[in-house]
Amino acid sequence: MRVTYRDKTWEIAGRMTARQAVEKVGLIPETVLVVRQGQLLTEDTLLETTDEIRLVAVVSGG
Amino acid sequence: MRHHKLALCAPHYLEWFLAQTERTITRYHMFEPEERILVAVSGGKDSLALWDVLLRLGYPADGLYINLGIDGEGEYSHRSLEKIEAFMATRPEARLHVVDVAATYGATIPQVARRKLRGRGKPCAVCGLVKRHEMNRIAQEHGYAVLATGHNLDDEVAVLLSNVLHWQVGYLARQAPVLEEREGLGRKVKPLCRFYERETAAYALIRGLDYIYDECPFAEGNLTNFYKELLSRLETESPGAKMQFYLSFLQARKDGLFGQAAQEVTLHPCPTCGQPTSVPGPCAFCRLW
Repeated sequence: MRVTYRDKTWEIAGRMTARQAVEKVGLIPETVLVVRQGQLLTEDTLLETTDEIRLVAVVSGG
Repeated sequence: MRHHKLALCAPHYLEWFLAQTERTITRYHMFEPEERILVAVSGGKDSLALWDVLLRLGYPADGLYINLGIDGEGEYSHRSLEKIEAFMATRPEARLHVVDVAATYGATIPQVARRKLRGRGKPCAVCGLVKRHEMNRIAQEHGYAVLATGHNLDDEVAVLLSNVLHWQVGYLARQAPVLEEREGLGRKVKPLCRFYERETAAYALIRGLDYIYDECPFAEGNLTNFYKELLSRLETESPGAKMQFYLSFLQARKDGLFGQAAQEVTLHPCPTCGQPTSVPGPCAFCRLW
């Protein structure tokens, strides 16, 4: 699956939960939201290998 | 939401968020339904979420945007205002006050920070001072009963950790969901103080609020974000840690742990602007220009 976060992109293999995908790319689960096709996912959602996932930083603005 | 042991679908999440905000407003006696509220809006997710929630709950809430002049390449202030204008376009009842710092006082925040010791290195201290002054000024001039800011739980615990690490008991004594009105200073409230930052971000996302996603260019590498990251690591290992830290602190404060420090300092009106200052003579804000 493809995971994007700000200006970074990762390709990761295998099926896993949203939380595991966040950990896999080295981010702290608490600091991002996981979005697929514009829909917010819960951390136990099982992702497919073909999914395109966007991670949204929860710290933003000023 | 691991700390609540709760997973909700989008419509129920929005309902839950509204109900929780209302509960916090009532729990801390923040304001009454008929009181006029001024919401400090930056264009970020927290302040837009707060304004959206208050309007949906039926409170008379107007916005205040302070244009700090943080532009340059990223046009941060300019884009922030665009987000607020987009928010208002679908809410005809929303009314906004805009203060342009450069137009009003002759210099942007980065400009004034560069020539002051307080702002040397980073303009954040100057920025905070200007925002506090202007928020209070507009609230007082327009007769608002209360000023509401979008501080969330992560903001609160980051400040709390910083104050504990430095044992700033004076600051600890004054950190609360409600700061009561006193001579020349209006009441300030933080209705989102019991929401995790990811909860306000989730609310903004589900509601489709178009907020400014980039951080302020001066926020990069600041200590607050470092403390937030530390606390998020703790939260990941121990769900509920942030909430427990905050609520235990509020209880300790209520029990008088910071009693002596809580004794309020005497305030004097600034001879130039009339706003209260702890030292007789011109206030820190007036000495900036």
